[in-house]
Amino acid sequence: MCGIAGLIHKGKRSNVGSEMTAMLQALKHRGPDSTGFAVYGEPTAGDYIMRVKCAEREDMESGRGFVEVLEKRIEDVEALLKEHKATVKAKEQATAYALRYLISHDGDTEDMARHIEELEGVEILSMGNGLELIKDLGDATVVSETYGLGDFQGTHGIGHTRMATESDVDIRSAHPYWAFPYNDVSVVHNGQITNYWIQRRQMEHKGHRFMSNCDSELLAVYTADNLANGVSLEDSLRKSIEEIDGVFTYLVATKDQLGMAKDTMAAKPLVLYESDDLIAMASEEVAIRAILPEEIDTTDPYDEEVRVWQA
Amino acid sequence: MAGVTDAELQAMTQEERVNALGLTTEQLFGRSLLIEFNPDEEERYTYPWAPDVFYNKRIEIDTDGLTTTELNEKMRSAMAEGNGTIVIKNPRGMHSVGVGILNRLTLEVEGSLGYFAVGLIDGPNVRIKGRVGWSCGENMMSGTVVIEKNAGSTFGAAIRGGDLVCRGSVGSRTGIDMKGGTIIVGGDTGALSGFMMQRGRMIVCGNAGKNLGDSMYDGTIFIGGDIQSLGVDAVHAELTDLDKAWLTRKLQQYELMPEKGVDHFHKIVAGKQLWNYDNLEPNEKKLIL
Repeated sequence: MCGIAGLIHKGKRSNVGSEMTAMLQALKHRGPDSTGFAVYGEPTAGDYIMRVKCAEREDMESGRGFVEVLEKRIEDVEALLKEHKATVKAKEQATAYALRYLISHDGDTEDMARHIEELEGVEILSMGNGLELIKDLGDATVVSETYGLGDFQGTHGIGHTRMATESDVDIRSAHPYWAFPYNDVSVVHNGQITNYWIQRRQMEHKGHRFMSNCDSELLAVYTADNLANGVSLEDSLRKSIEEIDGVFTYLVATKDQLGMAKDTMAAKPLVLYESDDLIAMASEEVAIRAILPEEIDTTDPYDEEVRVWQA
Repeated sequence: MAGVTDAELQAMTQEERVNALGLTTEQLFGRSLLIEFNPDEEERYTYPWAPDVFYNKRIEIDTDGLTTTELNEKMRSAMAEGNGTIVIKNPRGMHSVGVGILNRLTLEVEGSLGYFAVGLIDGPNVRIKGRVGWSCGENMMSGTVVIEKNAGSTFGAAIRGGDLVCRGSVGSRTGIDMKGGTIIVGGDTGALSGFMMQRGRMIVCGNAGKNLGDSMYDGTIFIGGDIQSLGVDAVHAELTDLDKAWLTRKLQQYELMPEKGVDHFHKIVAGKQLWNYDNLEPNEKKLIL
């Protein structure tokens, strides 16, 4: 089933971390397997935030010997950062396997990212100037507390509660997906992509990488491919309705935009609230009401509807 | 049915109870027909276990801190105590509220409900001041439901009777598989509205999305605005004086009468050209195909 949610404040910052946590916790019943956040804070001028996962949760239970393996992977990541002349300004470790680096780097970030992901078991969850992409097993409250999201200030965010249907219960299959290698672009999806393998092969021929077998990752790669070819976010969303088969409602966030698209059958829900200073959307109204308890007016976007909002 | 006591009904299995109440009289005349509520027999229009309630006995229930199950249990307790008017406060999009109420009741919801609101009801008069999520009034059998704001998709799915009214706009697949009753929408409706509709009537004062009335078997859809496209086997029909009189009465009843009246409404019915509209039994069909 899965639940998706997103919000964007127009022209101001807010406690997006706790707002997204409340919204996703209200959607826990739609997907108890994993929870993910892509929240956008104050852009770091010239610096990059890189979120890296060096193991899956199940790896951590594989025995004491894995601790050494994990330490080696982290050492290798940091060696590669050094090799690419990236300076680590800050390093945080929310769990044994999830790291956040604030780095300054003048070179080719895509080349560096590809190099790092050649390391076994290492996946860059996100890279960007404002994007913080966090995902793990458990409900929204657990993930938010683990990663200290409660005080996160920002302009917008998207999130996902996952009920695994097409692939495993693991972090690599959890949403959001970063639109590698596009800085600050993330995607969450509710639905099933039925031409996944055809589209995936086409994208792989173009040189795009897939880190999971989750069909939703395709939407991130597809969006990245469009953006790389100069297609605007809105046009990319419109193109997807023609080119992606299946049932889907998905959200895409960039450093200053939030967009949504619904498939031609409108088979997956989305409830939308719009005011002068806040746009909030979720699979169910109960998630929006978790942050707006007062009576509000909401609508359901129709089939093939595409919307993009600016922060 | 006459001659069956409440105690006997309570002791029966569900299948025996349905048969005893005359809900499944199968009459095999070449095709299987389901006769509901035989008019020649004395009917029983209330359920044996439905409580007697009094409309002037009123209770307010604040949903803050309650789960859906706790709220519905509170409502059932209130009805068992004879409360005929229940006011729900602060529902904030809660799902599955007021499902399966089979007795007379005035239910006022001061706020919005989530999915599956007031489905499977048989008798209550419901007013929801906010909006509702997907599948509101699904399978409702009688009563009235009025929603003041918008509604989600599959509004009135498989409705069998009663009036289901949304003053705002509704999502996609409105009245999918509806088998009776009336759905009234003050605004627009989305794609595939009236999909596989079997009976009943739907009025939409605004526009309709694509594939309106796709694969409808029977029933009538009235659209006041533009129709993006008709579905398979849905066709335009002439709006008769009888239709206009009925539309006027229904829309006035719910204060949704358009300023320009009802003469402009499109009437959509089943073309009845689909392969299943013949008198052949499946075995006979196999022989000739």
